[in-house]
Amino acid sequence: MLDQSYYQMTDEIIGRYGKAPASLIPILQDIQEEYRYLPGELLTYVAGEIGVKEAKAYSVATFYENFSFEQKGKYVIKVCDGTACHVRKSAPVLEALLKELGLSKKKHTTDDMLFTVETVSCLGACGLAPTLMVNEEVHPTMTPEKAIELIQELRGESR
Amino acid sequence: MMMDSKEKILAVREEEIQKLNASDCRILVCSGTGCIATGSHKIYEKFMELVQDTPGIEIEFAPHDSHDEKEEKVSVKKTGCQGVCELGPLVRIQKKDKVIQYTKVQIEDCQEILERSVLEDEVVERLLYKKKGKAYLGPDDIPFIAKQTRIALKNCGKFDAESMGEYLASGGFGAIIKALYEMTPEEVVDAVDKSGIRGRGGGGFPAGRKWKQVARQPEKIRYVVCNGDEGDPGAFMDGSVMEGDPFRLIEGMMLAAYAVSAQNGYIYVRAEYPMSVARLKHAIACMEEAGLLGDHILGTDFSFQLHINRGAGAFVCGEGSALTASIEGNRGMPRVKPPRTVEKGLWEKPTVLNNVETFANIPEIILNGPDWYRGIGTESSPGTKTFSLTGAIENTGLIEVPMGTTLREIIFDIGGGVKEGGTFKAVQIGGPSGGCLTEKHLDVPLDFDSVKKYGAIVGSGGLVVMDEHTCMVEVARFFMSFTQRESCGKCVPCREGTKRMLEILEKIVAGEGEIEDIDRLKELGEMVKSMALCGLGKSAPLPVLSTLREFMDEYVEHIQDKKCRAKVCQSLRRFMINPEFCKGCGKCAKNCPVGAITGVRKEFYHIDTSICIKCNACKDNCAFDAIYIEA
Amino acid sequence: MGIMKIDGRKVEFTDEKNVLSVIRNAGINIPTLCYHSEVSTFGACRLCTVEDDKGRTFASCSEEPRDGMVIYTNSGKVKKYRKLIVELLLAAHCRDCTTCVRSGECTLQELARRLGVTDVRFKNTREERPIDDSSPSIIRDPNKCILCGDCVRACEELQGIGALGFTFRGTDAVVMPAFNKRIADTFCVNCGQCRVFCPTGAISIRSNIDEVWDALADPDVRVVAQVAPAVRVAVGEAFGVEKGRSVMGKIVNGLHRMGFDEVYDTTFAADMTVMEESAEFLERIEKGGPLPLLTSCCPAWVKYVTDQRKEFIPNVSTCRSPQGMMSAAVKEYYRDPQKAAGKKTIMVSIMPCTAKKMEAKRSNSFTKGEQDTDIVITTTELIRMIKNFGLDFSALMPESSDIPFGFGSGGGVLFGVTGGVTEAVLRRLIPEHDKTALDEIAESGVRGDDAVKELTIPYKGMDVKICVVNGLANAARIMDKVKAGEAEYHLIEVMACRRGCIMGGGQPTHAGPRTKAARAHGIYNADNVAIIKKPDENPLLNSLYETLMKGKEHELLHNEFY
Ligand SMILES: Cc1cc2nc3c(=O)[nH]c(=O)nc-3n(C[C@H](O)[C@H](O)[C@H](O)COP(=O)(O)O)c2cc1C
Ligand code: SF4
Ligand code: SF4
Ligand code: SF4
Ligand code: SF4
Ligand code: SF4
Ligand code: SF4
Ligand code: SF4
Ligand code: SF4
Ligand code: FES
Ligand code: FES
Ligand code: FES
Repeated sequence: MLDQSYYQMTDEIIGRYGKAPASLIPILQDIQEEYRYLPGELLTYVAGEIGVKEAKAYSVATFYENFSFEQKGKYVIKVCDGTACHVRKSAPVLEALLKELGLSKKKHTTDDMLFTVETVSCLGACGLAPTLMVNEEVHPTMTPEKAIELIQELRGESR
Repeated sequence: MMMDSKEKILAVREEEIQKLNASDCRILVCSGTGCIATGSHKIYEKFMELVQDTPGIEIEFAPHDSHDEKEEKVSVKKTGCQGVCELGPLVRIQKKDKVIQYTKVQIEDCQEILERSVLEDEVVERLLYKKKGKAYLGPDDIPFIAKQTRIALKNCGKFDAESMGEYLASGGFGAIIKALYEMTPEEVVDAVDKSGIRGRGGGGFPAGRKWKQVARQPEKIRYVVCNGDEGDPGAFMDGSVMEGDPFRLIEGMMLAAYAVSAQNGYIYVRAEYPMSVARLKHAIACMEEAGLLGDHILGTDFSFQLHINRGAGAFVCGEGSALTASIEGNRGMPRVKPPRTVEKGLWEKPTVLNNVETFANIPEIILNGPDWYRGIGTESSPGTKTFSLTGAIENTGLIEVPMGTTLREIIFDIGGGVKEGGTFKAVQIGGPSGGCLTEKHLDVPLDFDSVKKYGAIVGSGGLVVMDEHTCMVEVARFFMSFTQRESCGKCVPCREGTKRMLEILEKIVAGEGEIEDIDRLKELGEMVKSMALCGLGKSAPLPVLSTLREFMDEYVEHIQDKKCRAKVCQSLRRFMINPEFCKGCGKCAKNCPVGAITGVRKEFYHIDTSICIKCNACKDNCAFDAIYIEA
Repeated sequence: MGIMKIDGRKVEFTDEKNVLSVIRNAGINIPTLCYHSEVSTFGACRLCTVEDDKGRTFASCSEEPRDGMVIYTNSGKVKKYRKLIVELLLAAHCRDCTTCVRSGECTLQELARRLGVTDVRFKNTREERPIDDSSPSIIRDPNKCILCGDCVRACEELQGIGALGFTFRGTDAVVMPAFNKRIADTFCVNCGQCRVFCPTGAISIRSNIDEVWDALADPDVRVVAQVAPAVRVAVGEAFGVEKGRSVMGKIVNGLHRMGFDEVYDTTFAADMTVMEESAEFLERIEKGGPLPLLTSCCPAWVKYVTDQRKEFIPNVSTCRSPQGMMSAAVKEYYRDPQKAAGKKTIMVSIMPCTAKKMEAKRSNSFTKGEQDTDIVITTTELIRMIKNFGLDFSALMPESSDIPFGFGSGGGVLFGVTGGVTEAVLRRLIPEHDKTALDEIAESGVRGDDAVKELTIPYKGMDVKICVVNGLANAARIMDKVKAGEAEYHLIEVMACRRGCIMGGGQPTHAGPRTKAARAHGIYNADNVAIIKKPDENPLLNSLYETLMKGKEHELLHNEFY
């Protein structure tokens, strides 16, 4: 059961876009931004409020990569594996991160809910490949070593 | 300030020009995604701080629009991407008589730049761009920039991306003023049609023809949609325009709306471009406040509202019908055509859907006329095209060149040739939907039609240069894994076909390929290309088919000789110890996680390749460089 | 209007909405897996792809016919590619044809055979998913789903329920309810239309055949069957009988042969429904409401109202459906120990409808707390039983159904088509008995294919406004209008399935427009040949009202709604 505050926040978000089927995606985006994930209950709630069938809302939410029904870590690290980054060796960066954090291609978030590691294809900073993004901040010209340093830095920051 | 008539906007423009001219020195800090990543925000703040605290500087800088402040002498501005992010953070010092381009500026350099280049007329030599011992002073001296022709990227790097005033002063909104007061909508459509501009989003469909079709529809509610989804991984030109010159894009969309009598516009921005969204939102807010968006724009009957939609992470949403589905709140699955977007697009209404770069070109076409535009580029593909140059190349970055420029000019003259003197092998053009061109295609003029003849496409303009260290089979696998992951799953050829193609490619790079796999790849590729529903599927096999055509020997090597000549494919690499260099220290054996290394101390060691998992630990730890990789 | 060239021959076309129809009209049965004329064009299977004279390939289901088109339906290229597509589908498919309930009626299987796919070169790497057997009506096996989306569109566009949707994307895509809920936990109304549209065994009817065989094998059980009107015009399709012909007599014979003790005709109960519902209607008109009266014989519709339109529950007729009335009456009949003769009675209801399986279990239609209808099987299951038993169906001699529940009026038969309930009720209400009066009703607008029909009938000095709807999505639109005060009716007849029960979720699949028309024709024909047309003239019924039913009408023939 979600706390009542979640529904209040959701009502406020719905208010930003209006009760129409076309508001579905922006509403879900704002919820996802607010909680760093999309609680299933809220999806059902939003669907009911804006007049969209639940199955439809679920089908939309699962189509787009950015929606997640699972809670994400405090730092969402998106390692770019776009063409420019791939040819400049982004794979070892990803591997180093996964190894450092004990994650895998199936397990994306650390148990302490600090880090989530995902891949993304292009952050628009291809000239500085390979890149990665921590929440909304882009980090240029990564190497496995720099990535691990970054993790340590972030760990310190969150202490 | 409300600009509700031609007189008003012209008066404001005069003011802005004077303001611009009044400043003795402009410090232009690049604030594109690239430079921000290297820390340009901090540089900007540092300059702001310094400028305020330094006696002798008369400042009144305006980071955002403000028309009532007093004239400034020195101003600090955030500009859009200048295309050479690798050299960032970039700072440009613009004085009345000269421009200095500094690269890789650090916080510590700011004070010196201010003292020597802003207050005095000196140059901080060490921060200039240098190549082969030669230092280049101004941006236009740098060959990478000098050899370009910039229309869509005209303002990027020169003006404040967040200032409507500067856009006005630079001649911005001239086209919409001209259209609204001097041209009928038909004349605008005509001009675009005559200019021959073709869509820059990949398809190359003539924009004028599209607009004409929309204008012709009986339905009166119409939409203008800008495709800013820029999905091609490794391409960032549309993002650069949206964050570097948002007003130009909006002006282009307004011209389209006026031309086809649309009342509403949508910009669909890729999820990973938060800065583009922020700059566009800011631009829209400024324009709404000034009455340049909304009802009765500039006192005319033209009304236009603009909305922003953020993508949510689906490459296929770049496809027109998937994009409109996404705006409508649906799954971004392409639909069958007919009906076409021009007849039934967004909410089943006639819709002009164009790419960011396409729209960004329109203002200049209206201002300078179609003949001027036709004078650039080639007969069938007029104008310029932006490319994102990446991979094994000396100068990576964003460029804009006339259509018809050859690969040789781009790679060698502008790009400075293959990185670290490597040998050119191929260039992948058009991203995951494109194909590869080789040595023999270096002199093919890059325009929509010529490139197509060789099984590739100009596409959105991604150019990845590959040298002998690139494995073509692995490149094909990489692109296939991208399209496979991004397939919406609607149609069978793409959903199931790309999956099988990927499986085969994965098998080959893992050294488990069979010779029949080549035929299977071809068979599947040809089928998917012909049978898929949308462009994603239709083009997904192109990287495979074109590498099969150009680099069949590499495929065969992988399959038959279990060999990767570029030494890229992990599974085909073998770690060996060169007995001549090995001192028998045993450090490698200690570090091997699987105990693949055995030997006698002080003599030599040996790797059992059947146990080795290719982790590289031994090689990293050998102080004598005795371990090498055999492809 | 125009002429195109198909495989070198000139073909004229008029208003066909796509090239596919032109090709089919020209006698070429091009394969399709995702095209149904009644739902939107999806264009996903790509099997209908053809090639034009410029070597361009396009899906014929989604291309408008143009004058002068030149197309090849079987060029070497498209033939090869089509086959590869089917191979790819099979590669990601649980290919247990031998034990698949759909085997022999499966479009995918048929295409594999037709196109000569004899080898599947790719391994099935799709994650295995559990089967959803939560519903009393349908079973979902995602491992057999080819993601054609036909069920999604049927459920959304025709029924307006939207219980199923595409989820995830690419090869991870699955068709399922939100959050992969069990279908029984959604607003699914059990209509089975998804199953009718599904080309494979991914959605199938929940079979109750085994329970019937068990009952038949039990000497202490009296097995009684009732056969709904729409069943008799569809069973023949499976046995080479002319489409749409009523084979009720053969069915009765067949059931007797299989061991059914009594075979009754649901038409009889339909007559009862008419009597009860007309009385209720008149009463509501007199009392002034609640109106409009909503028919209650379609359980899918009733579930829709009770799930999602609760404000209209008081409007729903309290009458049980013909199935429910029949079972209650029969059970009451055998409550008499003399009639029961020491045997337990099991009622097997044979219906065109998957929702009836759910209705039978709906506790508000039980009598004395007991379920009246024990087992519901569909037309499709009946066909399977006949085959299983090995009966040479087409050679069976007709027999008549058993007395006292074996005879219904022509009006009762009409329940099988949309508008039929209304037409029968009108026959009851109008005092005249002659043919002209009946013809007038038939021509009043109740008949025909339209999804929504409105009619105004003068009755005792007032104008009775009636709306006849088929397809739940259409019904939802009408209810919206009623709620908004934009439309006013006295009676609304709703059949969840398009065209009524003849196209029910339990009927044989692959029914195109021709089969549909033939089934409807079969129903009207059965009415034409009926000696008694009006429910109130059914002598068996009248005598039953005087005896068995007397004073128990409410208990046996009505539901409670809360
Ligand atoms: C899979 C796919 C992805 C696409 N992605 C983009 C994109 O990111 N940006 C874009 O402008 N066009 C993209 N397109 C092309 C658009 O469908 C469309 O042709 C284009 O936006 C029209 O604008 P233009 O005529 O100005 O190029 C894509 C097409 C396909 C099939
Ligand atoms: S080609 Fe691929 S992306 Fe396009 S509709 Fe088919 S499955 Fe979807
Ligand atoms: S670490 Fe190098 S030198 Fe030492 S034993 Fe291994 S190969 Fe030989
Ligand atoms: S590469 Fe790794 S596994 Fe192989 S020999 Fe060296 S240390 Fe051992
Ligand atoms: S669904 Fe069709 S193809 Fe699949 S197992 Fe059943 S009969 Fe065979
Ligand atoms: S058709 Fe073939 S696979 Fe099926 S049961 Fe007969 S022999 Fe076996
Ligand atoms: S049975 Fe009817 S309501 Fe239920 S999922 Fe199927 S089509 Fe939808
Ligand atoms: S369940 Fe059947 S109709 Fe629905 S998508 Fe799957 S195969 Fe198609
Ligand atoms: S219309 Fe008939 S077959 Fe369809 S759900 Fe209703 S009762 Fe069943
Ligand atoms: S490819 Fe990595 S930032 Fe563009
Ligand atoms: S962001 Fe500064 S040059 Fe690209
Ligand atoms: S029937 Fe035309 S694509 Fe499926």
